[in-house]
Amino acid sequence: MEHIRTTKVEQVKLLDRFSTSNKALTGTLYLTATHLLFIDSHQKETWILHHHIASVEKLALTTSGCPLVIQCKNFRIVHFIVPRERDCHDIYNSLLQLSKQAKYEDLYAFSYNPKQNDSERLRGWQLIDLAEEYKRMGVPNSNWQLSDANREYKICETYPRELYVPRIASKPIIVGSSKFRSKGRFPVLSYYHREKEAAVCRCSQPLSGFSARCLEDEHLLQAISKANPVNRYMYVMDTRPKHRMQSWWATQKDIGRIIVRISSKIWNDEKIRESHEQKRLNAMANRAAGKGYENEDNYSNIRFQFVGIENIHVMRSSLQKLLEVNGTKGLSVNDFYSGLESSGWLRHIKAVMDAAIFLTKAIMIENASVLVHCSDGWDRTSQVCSLGSLLLDSFYRTIRGFMVLIEKDWISFGHKFSERCGHLDSDPKEVSPVFTQFLECVWHLTEQFPQAFEFNEAFLLQIHEHIYSCQFGNFLGNCQKEREELKLKEKTYSLWPFLLDDQKKYLNPLYSPKSQAVAVLEPNTVSFNFKFWRNMYHQFDRTLHPRQSVFNIIMNMNEQNKQLENDIKDLESKIKQHKNKQTDGVLTKELLHSVRPESPTLKTSLCFKEQTLLPVNDALRTIEGSNPADNRY
Amino acid sequence: MEFSELIRTGRAQAELLRGPGAPPLRGTLCVTGHHLLLSPGPQATSDLWLLLLRSVDSIEKRVAGDSGTITLRCKDLRVLQLDIEGVEATLDIARSIEALSSLESVITSFPFFYRPKGLRLGDAWHFHPPEHYYKRVARETNAWRLSEVNEDFSVCPSYPRAVIVPRAVDDDALARSARFRQGGRFPVLSYHHAPSGTVLLRSSQPLTGPQKRRCAEDEELLRAVLAGARPGARGFIVDTRSAQAAKQARMTGGGTEAKAAYPGWKRLHRPMERGRPLQESFVRLVEACGDLEQSMDRWLSRLEGCRWLAHVKEALSTACLAAQGMEREGACILVHGAEGTDSTLLVTSLAQLILDPLSRTMTGFQELVEREWIQAGHPFQLRCAHSAFSHARPKHEAPTFLLFLDCVWQLGRQFPLSLEFGEGLLLALFEHAYASPFGTFLCNSEKERCLCEVRTRTHSLWSGLNQPKEQRKLRNPLYVLNPLAIWPSVEPQSLRLWQGLFLRWTRPPEPSEAAWEKVWQIVTDKEKTEGSQPTVSASEPQP
Repeated sequence: MEHIRTTKVEQVKLLDRFSTSNKALTGTLYLTATHLLFIDSHQKETWILHHHIASVEKLALTTSGCPLVIQCKNFRIVHFIVPRERDCHDIYNSLLQLSKQAKYEDLYAFSYNPKQNDSERLRGWQLIDLAEEYKRMGVPNSNWQLSDANREYKICETYPRELYVPRIASKPIIVGSSKFRSKGRFPVLSYYHREKEAAVCRCSQPLSGFSARCLEDEHLLQAISKANPVNRYMYVMDTRPKHRMQSWWATQKDIGRIIVRISSKIWNDEKIRESHEQKRLNAMANRAAGKGYENEDNYSNIRFQFVGIENIHVMRSSLQKLLEVNGTKGLSVNDFYSGLESSGWLRHIKAVMDAAIFLTKAIMIENASVLVHCSDGWDRTSQVCSLGSLLLDSFYRTIRGFMVLIEKDWISFGHKFSERCGHLDSDPKEVSPVFTQFLECVWHLTEQFPQAFEFNEAFLLQIHEHIYSCQFGNFLGNCQKEREELKLKEKTYSLWPFLLDDQKKYLNPLYSPKSQAVAVLEPNTVSFNFKFWRNMYHQFDRTLHPRQSVFNIIMNMNEQNKQLENDIKDLESKIKQHKNKQTDGVLTKELLHSVRPESPTLKTSLCFKEQTLLPVNDALRTIEGSNPADNRY
Repeated sequence: MEFSELIRTGRAQAELLRGPGAPPLRGTLCVTGHHLLLSPGPQATSDLWLLLLRSVDSIEKRVAGDSGTITLRCKDLRVLQLDIEGVEATLDIARSIEALSSLESVITSFPFFYRPKGLRLGDAWHFHPPEHYYKRVARETNAWRLSEVNEDFSVCPSYPRAVIVPRAVDDDALARSARFRQGGRFPVLSYHHAPSGTVLLRSSQPLTGPQKRRCAEDEELLRAVLAGARPGARGFIVDTRSAQAAKQARMTGGGTEAKAAYPGWKRLHRPMERGRPLQESFVRLVEACGDLEQSMDRWLSRLEGCRWLAHVKEALSTACLAAQGMEREGACILVHGAEGTDSTLLVTSLAQLILDPLSRTMTGFQELVEREWIQAGHPFQLRCAHSAFSHARPKHEAPTFLLFLDCVWQLGRQFPLSLEFGEGLLLALFEHAYASPFGTFLCNSEKERCLCEVRTRTHSLWSGLNQPKEQRKLRNPLYVLNPLAIWPSVEPQSLRLWQGLFLRWTRPPEPSEAAWEKVWQIVTDKEKTEGSQPTVSASEPQP
């Protein structure tokens, strides 16, 4: 609370960035310990969580006041005009402090209290059980077993405790392999395809440098390929673009030569050895020794493949460009499409999707196991493994299954949520929308296969909201070990039970589980199947969206259908009873009245519900957001 | 002229490839006066395959060895490939198709021979004329009358016999105003917006010319419009050309209304693309949509380069401007460009769709198309002579009507419950506008249709579409009457490529079609369960 100097400012204006109407909403701005709250004159509330704030900007003073622009991680952009500059300055400073916390313990999750007792909280955390999930896949079995090598996080700090490896891979092999892999992330099982007996495995890059080999690592890969009884060949997918690896090789050769020269000099000079310079050079030498990919000559039975997904920095600046284009006032159609093109965003989304399809085909068509890695194996690798599993297994397309998938390939395998989402005030170069891209790929699949998913778009958006909100413990920290040290399960709540309680909101009314139960999705990645995800990147720009929701109406119809069918059954059974009882067949009044009298009128009342909730400030009524003043004609 | 002179071969063995999603067909190929037939032979299970020759946009032949390949690109954007046995047969069939598909004569076209079962000639022809709309206007206001000044099409050859005009202006004044407007298209009522008491008018450009001519009757006409609207109403003239283009038109005898001559009226310029550039935009978009191998960057840059969606935005925002002027500012609106038969109609018809709930129903929309496009003299025959694939030098072709349908589709996407018709109707109208067994879209004006006796000798598309068996394809199952105006968003992020049309034949549609089927099923289930309740209680014996 020490950061808050002003808690309430009156007569603040809120501008809509896509509306031309000069009539801004006027209201009161409140600053609480966790939220920024704006209540307009119609008593409509806009809540902004401090953790969602990506940047705050104070613009030059104007005649009407001091403009304050807040950009949020969930792509909300609000533009306030605060009448007095001092108030604006106070709010600005407070938000700067409040949006960037230095310690995990200061995040919202540690104070959030949904009024549950400890056992409820614990049950929430136990809702998703990964051991159960591996059992569902069919492991352990005769070829795969649970390894206790990482039980104490001794081999790899960023992996979970429980890892599944080929039965014939002994502990020394695992340990040896882990030393040869970046951050100790040796090849382990991510998904097991029971029918094909083929596996999706994941790891980080080998530290092969220029030419180094590791026999244990070669053995481990061989063990993985042997664990597949049908196809002895396995694919090794390096998700990085080939051209980047090649240019890296070219420069590394030069750097290598320099380092050899410098390091010999260092060892001869005592002073330099002690200095910072030496540390820096060591790091360089380490880096040069690291990085690399499997040499097909050294590993038997592998097929090596680059798939070309760009790194986190490219992705971060791509999204940046996309948002810049979309924020432009009075954007023309041509500028929009040329901006969309030059941002490269959809190209990156397509690359992720193509990689997942490559993986799926290797398993379904060639029956081959696949090992996926990138550099550290926690960004692109997570994208490809999880998306591949989603294509292969319809379970992951259910609400609960999707939670399991995120827990498995993202949370447990150490996708660095806190760094990628910038939960704490840390290195901005570590921030990257890797998980957002995964959600967008899933959204594209829901668009192409409208009946294949149990959940709808709102579910994806809600999850996206919470990876940044820091309201629940699931996404805090960067790996399981860190989460255990933070005692998240004792101090915070899990998001999943809350989503499940609300699951009605997230159901896809068109979902047809029967026809999709065994189906593998084969998306078509022709360029025009990729569209700009307006509902994500303009979530809060209400004027840009369709003004009527098909999903809601179908959902309601579905429910009414069920209700009416039950009514019919009820009535029919009553009729039967009556016929049995009264042979003269006199109909009682009570029977007629049990027919729901309101049901036929439901249909019309549903679609205008939103609009009646809206305060009528115009002489003419409009559907929410459908107002000529909101649009630039 | 006999068709038989143009048919060079009787029949040939061929295989037909219909693109993704449809299995190839083998059988005997045969060219008739109006159709290309493929008969799969007596033992085959599939039916006769039939293609209207009129719908062929371009034809390409290749021969290799003793067989040939003909690629037919159709006006509905379908691409068909025929593999034919025999070089001679291939060339003959190709030549026959070329000759027959480009016949210009209206009265030998297929609609004059088409006699489907279950329809009677002349059934729906009296369904939508302006008289019908006038009845509605007359109920709402007394300021307008139905004029038959154009009874014999002598005042304006592209207007229908009857038009709605201010009651205060007599037929002589109308005729004089017509002489001051290009093609005789004097200002007439397009739509009366009852809630605000304002009107939407359309016309062609005034013939002011370099001497800045004036016309007292024309000025009187527009004055009478304001006098007949709600008291104190202002007027806006929405010119669909840029201010500069309007000025330049003076050199060729055209021009725009001088401010001083029309008190109360204010001119707004909203430049909209038309003619050749619009056709080129369409061609380039279709080209881009046909390339399945292109990279993401290439696709996005072609989508941008063709500018189609920019034209959609222009059209929608100009229509919204006109509608906003009426509904919010209580102003009367006159829309015109140059001839007043293209972008003008685009704006007036879209503005009505935005404002008028009735035009969003199945029959209301058909009436709108009939009244604002067909009767209003959009030259369909010229504009839709060729579609996007033709190699012929474009003369008068322009996809104005397609642009209208695209805008309607965008409205339907933004207000999915507010249109009674679905994408199916829009696709059908697109197909029929370019090539149809029905007579509705034949000719360029009512006058021509009269001369060709289209109304008595061909069937109306509307009676074809309104048959019960077609309804499921055309209707929006989720429709609920929405009494309000629908204001769309015209930001580029809100507009989308109409994949159902432009990518209709290039990608397999199964998943989305299955989903649509499911929506229908849910809706019909609902109707069934609701409907079955009374029957349950009705089956009870009464006391």
